[in-house]
Amino acid sequence: MSFAFEIISANLRYRDVDVLSDISLFINAGEHIALLGKSGAGKSTLLNHLYQRQRAHTAMVPQDVALVEALSVFHNVYMGQLNQHRTIYNLLNLFWPQKAEIEKIHPLLEELELGDSLFTCTGELSGGQKQRVAIARALFQKNHMLLGDEPISALDNVLARKVMKILHQQHDTVILAMHDVEMALCFADRIIGIKDGAIAIDRPAENVTADDLMFLYES
Amino acid sequence: MLTGSHISLYPRSRAVKISLIFVVIAFFCLLVSDVSVSTLHPWLEMGRFAYGMITPDFSDYSDIGFALLQTLAFAFTGVTLGALVGFLLALVFEYRLVHVSCAVLRSVHELFWALIFLQFFGLHPLTGVLAIGIPFSAICAKVYAEILEEADSAPYDALPKNSSRVASFFYTRLPQVWPHLKSYTLYRLECGLRTSAVLGFIGLPTLGFYLEVFFKQGLYSQAAALLITFYLLIASMRWWLRPRLLIVYFFASIYLLLPEAVDIDMANVRRFFTEDIIPYPIRMAGDGFDFIPGLIDWLYELLWVQASDGIIQTLILTQVSLVLSGMLALVLFPLVTLHFQGVIGQRLGHGLLVILRSTPEYLLAYIFLQLWGPSMLPAMIALMLHNGAIIGHLCGRYASELALPDFSTRGVNLFAWEIVPRIYPQFLAFLFYRWEIIFRETAILGMLGIYTLGFYVDSAFEEIRYDRAMLLIIITAIINIGIDSLSRRIRRYLRLKTAVQCG
Repeated sequence: MSFAFEIISANLRYRDVDVLSDISLFINAGEHIALLGKSGAGKSTLLNHLYQRQRAHTAMVPQDVALVEALSVFHNVYMGQLNQHRTIYNLLNLFWPQKAEIEKIHPLLEELELGDSLFTCTGELSGGQKQRVAIARALFQKNHMLLGDEPISALDNVLARKVMKILHQQHDTVILAMHDVEMALCFADRIIGIKDGAIAIDRPAENVTADDLMFLYES
Repeated sequence: MLTGSHISLYPRSRAVKISLIFVVIAFFCLLVSDVSVSTLHPWLEMGRFAYGMITPDFSDYSDIGFALLQTLAFAFTGVTLGALVGFLLALVFEYRLVHVSCAVLRSVHELFWALIFLQFFGLHPLTGVLAIGIPFSAICAKVYAEILEEADSAPYDALPKNSSRVASFFYTRLPQVWPHLKSYTLYRLECGLRTSAVLGFIGLPTLGFYLEVFFKQGLYSQAAALLITFYLLIASMRWWLRPRLLIVYFFASIYLLLPEAVDIDMANVRRFFTEDIIPYPIRMAGDGFDFIPGLIDWLYELLWVQASDGIIQTLILTQVSLVLSGMLALVLFPLVTLHFQGVIGQRLGHGLLVILRSTPEYLLAYIFLQLWGPSMLPAMIALMLHNGAIIGHLCGRYASELALPDFSTRGVNLFAWEIVPRIYPQFLAFLFYRWEIIFRETAILGMLGIYTLGFYVDSAFEEIRYDRAMLLIIITAIINIGIDSLSRRIRRYLRLKTAVQCG
């Protein structure tokens, strides 16, 4: 059996400090995982580590959205496929958005309720809108795996549900750091909880209730 | 009494200590410097000049128009060349070879470059274009590289793997810093206009040339008209300088410069580099090493007799002008600070500072020299006015952004207790940043006839002793690099941060 990720007693560092020590973790292709834990527990560190290992097959929604604010929504989303075209085509599309690309990107934005902002500068968007642009960029990659660092933290409940559904439908393997336990239990099939620099809980979602996870957030 | 421990009434911070040292040095430099007024009737001449300034005469509009168009054309072509080459160099600026070469190219003043090219291109437009383009590429390379470094790398990290480097650069890095690059380049264009104007003094058909012609004939009203048009041109830049029009301006400039372009004699170019600049004793020597005694005499005469005096005079003038500029800046900046001025007062202050800082030092020094005769005085005042206005402008902008407590005092108290202590570190950063620039200008002012390094360079060129001129230019460049690194050290010692755009 082959794993999508295989980490054997690794020490993961953030800014030269060990955040997670002696971690072992096996993740199969096809799993939908929610990472839980207090802020600062090491969820981002773990996600970034996973991302560096499998960049070629993974799309990422980073916590700080990492958009180029001087460029439009269209261009930021297009960046998801920057590796699929020749440089000359990419440059052409930068200065003169190509119809073919607009036709691909616009429906995606409609689905995320951003259809009206195709050529708005991302610097002018609200936090929730920016987050959806980062999500659209990840979706546009059409990759097998998706990593997300609290990708729906700035969205209202209805929209968040819709987005979660799309994210899970369109990727085989999904690993999301979540702040909303209910939402995590609703969409994930495996829950990994991090506490005190170690994996404190790792169970199938159906065997976990929200109460079981309360201890993760206690000091 | 506090248990015998010594309490200093004046806790001297590093900034105060350094300032005092520089003021004391400048004081002693001033004592030994040659400051005098040697014209017979300086007041009469100044009166005529002042009268000319208030009665500008635009009747010679074809000369004025031609001078300004040429000034613009050289500036546009030179700055475009500098910005393009500088941008490419900025992309590879991390390589040692690149940033060291840029430091060297930067340390030679535009007018020295012009003098060099003049020897083998003559008054060909290339002389002016390269004189601006070469040092400007080196400066742009450094500043662009610093600006590009400021871009956030997070969007780059979020790109799919195997995105091409060029596309990644254009999509993630460049758009983030584009406004900053643009505003710096516009600022460079303003500098280019000043340089281009000054190039007229060595014979290119720009503003300086016509100014000299008017001055020599005592036509102060015509000179005033020329200067006023130049100020209006610079003050109105933000209205006529549209990014979309840049390409039009560029080709118009080429079109203006082309008629002057005659064939370049490559034999001259070759001879300059392979013969003329080789030290005379080596050039004349036969076989073997019998040129060595001659070379030692040559070096002794050049270094000990000419260069040493030039270096001392240049350093003296630099130190005095540096401190004077700083003092003037502290007096001027309240004029453009909102805390002191109403909106109208601030506008007027801006007007004054724009005039002072858009007049190149060289041009100011030329004017004062005509009025007062040759000594260090005209150069000092010129350097003080120009640099003081620039630093004052930057300090004023910085001070206007300060958030002061509501119970703030007013007037002198506000100045001395609230504002100056807050801006002082930034003020020193701006001042030390300009130190090497002031040195470079000081050296150049020698070409007007005061005994700084430029005087000896200029004389060597006139005597067709290119080997001497080149060595003197190299010496100037080395000192310039030395001052630059000393200034950086002092700024680090004072823990000062310098804004990118203040030079």
